[in-house]
Amino acid sequence: MSTILAPGSREGAAAMQTAAIKGRSLWDDARRRLFRNKAAVTGMIVLATLVLLAIVGPYLAPFRFDQINKNDVWAEPLQAGHLLGADALGRDLLARLLIGLRVSLAVGVVATFVSLVIGVLWGSVAGYAGGRVDELMMRIVDILYSLPFIFFVILLMVTFGKNFILMFVAIGAVEWLTMARIVRGQTLSLKQREFIEAAQAAGLRRGAILLRHIVPNLLGPVVVYVTLTIPGVILAESFLSFLGLGVQEPMTSLGALISHGAQEMELAPWLLIFPSMVMVVTLMAFNFIGDGLRDAIDPKDR
Amino acid sequence: MLRFLFRRLLIAIPTLFVVVTLAFFMMRAAPGNPFIGERRLAPEVERNIMAKYGLDRPLPVQYADYVGGVLHGDFGPSLKYKNKSVLQIIREGFPKSLLLGSLAMTLAAVLGVSLGVLAALRQNKGADYFAMSLAILGVCIPTFVTAPLLVLLFASTLGVVPTAGWPAPTQSLATAWKYLILPVVVLSLPQIAIISRLIRAGMIEVMRSNYVRTARAKGLPESSVVLRHALRGAILPLVSYLGPATAGVITGSLVVEQIFQLPGIGKAFVTSALQRDYTVVMGVVILYAGLIMFLNLVADVLYAMLDPRVRLS
Repeated sequence: MSTILAPGSREGAAAMQTAAIKGRSLWDDARRRLFRNKAAVTGMIVLATLVLLAIVGPYLAPFRFDQINKNDVWAEPLQAGHLLGADALGRDLLARLLIGLRVSLAVGVVATFVSLVIGVLWGSVAGYAGGRVDELMMRIVDILYSLPFIFFVILLMVTFGKNFILMFVAIGAVEWLTMARIVRGQTLSLKQREFIEAAQAAGLRRGAILLRHIVPNLLGPVVVYVTLTIPGVILAESFLSFLGLGVQEPMTSLGALISHGAQEMELAPWLLIFPSMVMVVTLMAFNFIGDGLRDAIDPKDR
Repeated sequence: MLRFLFRRLLIAIPTLFVVVTLAFFMMRAAPGNPFIGERRLAPEVERNIMAKYGLDRPLPVQYADYVGGVLHGDFGPSLKYKNKSVLQIIREGFPKSLLLGSLAMTLAAVLGVSLGVLAALRQNKGADYFAMSLAILGVCIPTFVTAPLLVLLFASTLGVVPTAGWPAPTQSLATAWKYLILPVVVLSLPQIAIISRLIRAGMIEVMRSNYVRTARAKGLPESSVVLRHALRGAILPLVSYLGPATAGVITGSLVVEQIFQLPGIGKAFVTSALQRDYTVVMGVVILYAGLIMFLNLVADVLYAMLDPRVRLS
């Protein structure tokens, strides 16, 4: 969007600044509202910190995440150089937590991207085509909606082994339904707008109209829904890992850490408490940002 | 109305068919079979067992056979538990899961509605912020975090409830509830959170509406305005949430039954999926798909009955 609104050249920018009255776009408005929302700003700061930790943290931690230390079995926090303690194999919890956070965030982003691509394509095609095609495509979504999907993800994981890539695809393939519905609704209303008519009059092909004119204008609701999908995906992955179907040892994720922590919580409660805290903080950050974005982009909801 | 029901049933049939087909072929695509246990069977023995259950026949034949059986209400024998049919396993586990689920949903409805109403009436005051913080926590803390933490606190540390297990049938209600209280609470927490947010939003909108103003103008006491007039309008979104709530509780019960070692259908499903007990897995998936579809239908019908503005077509 910003490319359309930004002045095309440096002279343009200068002209804008000198102009007495500077127009504010809807997006500027939204940004102002978002940054005035304390919960959302806190969420963004926390999330930025978490992402940074997930990316560089594992290189800075004093231990490797899969390094077994025979002498440090169930070391308590702050003992033997383990800031957050160690697990049953003497592996450093901090190092494992950082890797687990990285895996969970990565799953969240990648699987959400998969759902984004499927959902946006499906929804915009259905909405733009209309008529029979729309009816059929949305009926398929309705049918899929009423399936107990987590069962199919479990089946998939059992069927094709505990494969990392497959997990991304499986979760993403499950989460696209709501996205498709939102995008379709939005497309239906966009379709009536003048600029689409202009594009049609200019003789653009359907595919080009869809990709160049419809999809970019779906940004608002899609961004909101994406920030709310990522925590959902992280939860789904953790859920699978908790049942022993997700990420496999020695690799780990927040869900896998919590699962192991729950088994050993009476001997080593820190193995449960720290991963749970990171998990909850991560999910809350995403939810605050999502809620804030929704209020900012679509203020009539409030 | 009848036409609507008829159409929904027409959609339900292909949906269930898709469920059966997907479940069947996904399960069969899995490497390994249910008879690979701790010890390897002699090839002849394995072949005989496969033949006994008809697993040696071509896949399309097995599929046709299975679909035929399901149409007659026969879900086949369990491949892991000798002498038990899938229906028997469902009959043993499902009532327990159902009890757990309905208790959790009831608790969630009562607490969720109360919290939501409270928050709406005290909008932007302390009680509102408190209720909504609780709601956000409820959404953000997953079941598999609350369950172990509550066990750690109430069972291991305080010792007021047992850590896990299902009450024996001989136990009186006075002790049996102790086994169920933690699982039910854990299962209901996310639902309480979602329901209270729904009700709060609905109440805030309804309290500004004309008919509530009329009720006040008539001189009705505030309690009756809120409970008899406003709540009735605000509770509608809750009805359409019935389907998703069920799905949520079912998913949650997979975790809860695992953690609290409850012999329900969720635990049976996870165990069977890991052991490739094809028939049990498919039976449970079909059962739950049917259940969710049924509750979605109930929700739609209820909605139309409660809200005269909605006409089913």
